[in-house]
Amino acid sequence: MPFMIRFRSRLTALAVAGAVALSLAACAQSQRGQEGSGAPAAGTLTFGAAGAPDLFDPFYASDGETFRVSRQIFEGLAGFKPGTADLQPELATGWSSSADGRAWTFRLRPGVKFQDGTEFNAEAVCANFDRWYHQTGAGQNLALSYYWNENFGGFADRARPSLFDSCTTQGPSTAIVRLTRATGKFPALLALPSFAMQSPTAMRRYQANDVTAQGDSFAYPPYARAHPTGTGPFTFAGYDQANGTITLRRFDGYWGDKAKLDRLIFRIIPDEKARLQALQAGDIDGYDLPNPADWQTLRDAGFTLQIRDPFNVLYLGITQKNNPALRDLRVRQALAYAIDRQALVSAALPDGAEVAREFYPDTVDGWAGDVQQYPHNPAKARELLAAAGAANLTVSFYWPTEVSRPYLPDPRSIFGTLKADLEAVGITVKPVSKPWNGGYLDDVDNARADLFLLGWTGDYNSPDNFIGTFFGSLRNRFWLAAAPWGPELVAALQAADAEPDRATRIRMYQEINRKLLAQYLPAVPISHSPPAIVMRQEVHGLVASPLTAEEFAPVSVAR
Amino acid sequence: MLRYAVRRVGQLLLVVAALSVLLFAWLRSLPGGPVSALLGDRATAESRAALAATLGLDQPIPVQYLRFLHRAASGDLGISTGVQRGEPVLSILLQRLPATIELTLAAILLAVAAGIPLGYLAARHRGGWLDSAGVVGSLVGVAVPVFFLAFLLKFVFAVQLGWLPTSGRQSAGLDATRVTGFFVLDGLLTREWDAAWDAAAHLVLPALALASIPFAVIFRITRGAVLDVLGEDYVRTAYAKGLTAGVIRRRHVLRNALLPVVTTIGLQTGALLSGAVLTERVFAYQGVGQALAIGFTLRDYAVLQVVILAAAMTYVLVNLVVDLSYALIDPRLRT
Repeated sequence: MPFMIRFRSRLTALAVAGAVALSLAACAQSQRGQEGSGAPAAGTLTFGAAGAPDLFDPFYASDGETFRVSRQIFEGLAGFKPGTADLQPELATGWSSSADGRAWTFRLRPGVKFQDGTEFNAEAVCANFDRWYHQTGAGQNLALSYYWNENFGGFADRARPSLFDSCTTQGPSTAIVRLTRATGKFPALLALPSFAMQSPTAMRRYQANDVTAQGDSFAYPPYARAHPTGTGPFTFAGYDQANGTITLRRFDGYWGDKAKLDRLIFRIIPDEKARLQALQAGDIDGYDLPNPADWQTLRDAGFTLQIRDPFNVLYLGITQKNNPALRDLRVRQALAYAIDRQALVSAALPDGAEVAREFYPDTVDGWAGDVQQYPHNPAKARELLAAAGAANLTVSFYWPTEVSRPYLPDPRSIFGTLKADLEAVGITVKPVSKPWNGGYLDDVDNARADLFLLGWTGDYNSPDNFIGTFFGSLRNRFWLAAAPWGPELVAALQAADAEPDRATRIRMYQEINRKLLAQYLPAVPISHSPPAIVMRQEVHGLVASPLTAEEFAPVSVAR
Repeated sequence: MLRYAVRRVGQLLLVVAALSVLLFAWLRSLPGGPVSALLGDRATAESRAALAATLGLDQPIPVQYLRFLHRAASGDLGISTGVQRGEPVLSILLQRLPATIELTLAAILLAVAAGIPLGYLAARHRGGWLDSAGVVGSLVGVAVPVFFLAFLLKFVFAVQLGWLPTSGRQSAGLDATRVTGFFVLDGLLTREWDAAWDAAAHLVLPALALASIPFAVIFRITRGAVLDVLGEDYVRTAYAKGLTAGVIRRRHVLRNALLPVVTTIGLQTGALLSGAVLTERVFAYQGVGQALAIGFTLRDYAVLQVVILAAAMTYVLVNLVVDLSYALIDPRLRT
């Protein structure tokens, strides 16, 4: 090709490219506000989140990452005292109940407004209760309204009995909530993020209840995706999905002490090692649940590592459905004696972990203390197995992969230790490992495992939240339907929960705990592990919560 | 030619249909499913079964597939259950595709910019220090796992030296204007220079990690091809004709040696998606690769089937274009 022709064709190509670029540039204009550019301001804190929140309407959520964000935007009638699992008034200034424990009167905090300017009053409280109770269709599904289903039961269509009866107002500052029966978990459950107060105006405007089952999933309304509106110290400013960041801004109309931060940003970094490096490089100011193996490194590097009080339990689950030998109490006790829980806690769990004597920590009501103990005793285990005719016991033992939980930081090593203990007393263990969401939970919940590893982090200070959840039904992962005492245990749990008198209720739970360990033993409690949260040294004011319910309003950053 | 093209397009549609069936059945044959991700560890067998029934996941796979086709025909490719719960998959794909394209382009540009000149120089100075270093470097590039290299790069350049950011596509709180979804380009178009610079800085480490394998391959192919061409008769003839060394290297050696290199670049670009899965995960880079990784962990059927099918269709379409161009060049292939 002659030089001039080549030159012209290249020139034409350049001109076309230039024209395209210019026209694109003409269409594109900066929409940046004055404050947004440049490096993060002193009033900005960036927190590394392990995953994306499912949505921003806490009523339809049950995951920790959603709640971490929603706790800063919303408040409930009740809340938790910072650093504890103890209840304290929040949007209610106080409450009282009738003698039968079924009518609860809430006195509301005056002068509170939602972030959209809507007045917070008794009408708003009842609008929220009525919204929860009148869910229909997909809104009733456990995958969405988990906490309502678990705590209140049914809905207004009365397909199932509901704990909730009605909510009425008595002037603007008093709301009366009536229940169909007394329960020990009320009003503590109102401190759960799912039952936070949301602006009735915003919910109406952005169709908050418009959740539908669509295809293989659920479709959420605009409210849950972009317009959450509460009374909390921060407002929702946006979710930049392309960059994986959620931004909250200080709510200047907040009724209490205003947030010290101008902005609170959650940066989604799914990989734990990547969160550690982001903290070390100064890209984030803190993150939750650092790997216990990194705790000392973080301390040595000058980061502030706060170790929470353990509010969880790891247990060795026993399913009585498929293996008849496991229906014999002596065999289950042999499993408990075979395990060296103290050695496991020392070798495989972080500092501060402790052997679990019962199925919940001693800070929860009804902890007995004088339950039957199972110290490591292989000889006793062999003896019990022989007496039960199960000297050659074979069990399938499920353990999960692709997961780490505060109560189960390293499933492989915990499984390895337990397996060795069981084999040492002559039990043949058939290991089955499956990904957490790739068959493990499915198999465990369908009672396909003889033994399995699982646990629980408490939502609030209630024994029902632990043992009621574990053993409150017969056809569960332990398959209590196969145990002659199964119905007795379920009935005892229901009776204790329905007891209005706290002292009596505590005694009832203590009795259940004694029987659980001595006579039933549907599982073996193993340990309580303390989860940690780590922040840069320059971050002040964060109070670690045993419920992982940290509030960022009192937090400040010195840049 | 038209008949040939119609036949090839027909074959392509058949391949895509067969692929979608296989993919659909394979995903649903994996243990677990979206129910576990939706309910977590707080479910019972009954609640699992009830949710599966609500979402139609208890139906036979052919029925589920027909329902999927029915919805897809009206433009509904599904809604995510895990990667971004409640978000339409098409929206997730469109949102994340620019990130992956941006990263892949940066990686392949780095690989080409380093691989071709170094490969060429290594061949010209065969046996010298540059050649030895290049060969060792390319071996390391192929052998070292991408995720390990990624962590290593972050440790040195982000944690120790503090030169570059560790993760994400842009600094948190930068408040940059989005136009195309390509962050560097957006910064340039909107003249938000700090945003463009910041996005470019966030690209460097993931692009370096992702470029390691294609760099190694391109370096080795270039080196080998240049060595072959240097020994050809026409190169000797060119020298004999009295052409200058520069002209011979540029016109005769490099041009001829680049033919297999260009083919390799094409193949490597396609293979980068698999590397992007790991790289994007490690760098919290919100691209399609990260969506695939999270999708597998959470068994997000909707995201997995659409993303994998989109990747497969891209390969099939590229092949179609290649086949059609071959047929245009060589009429014998049209039969």
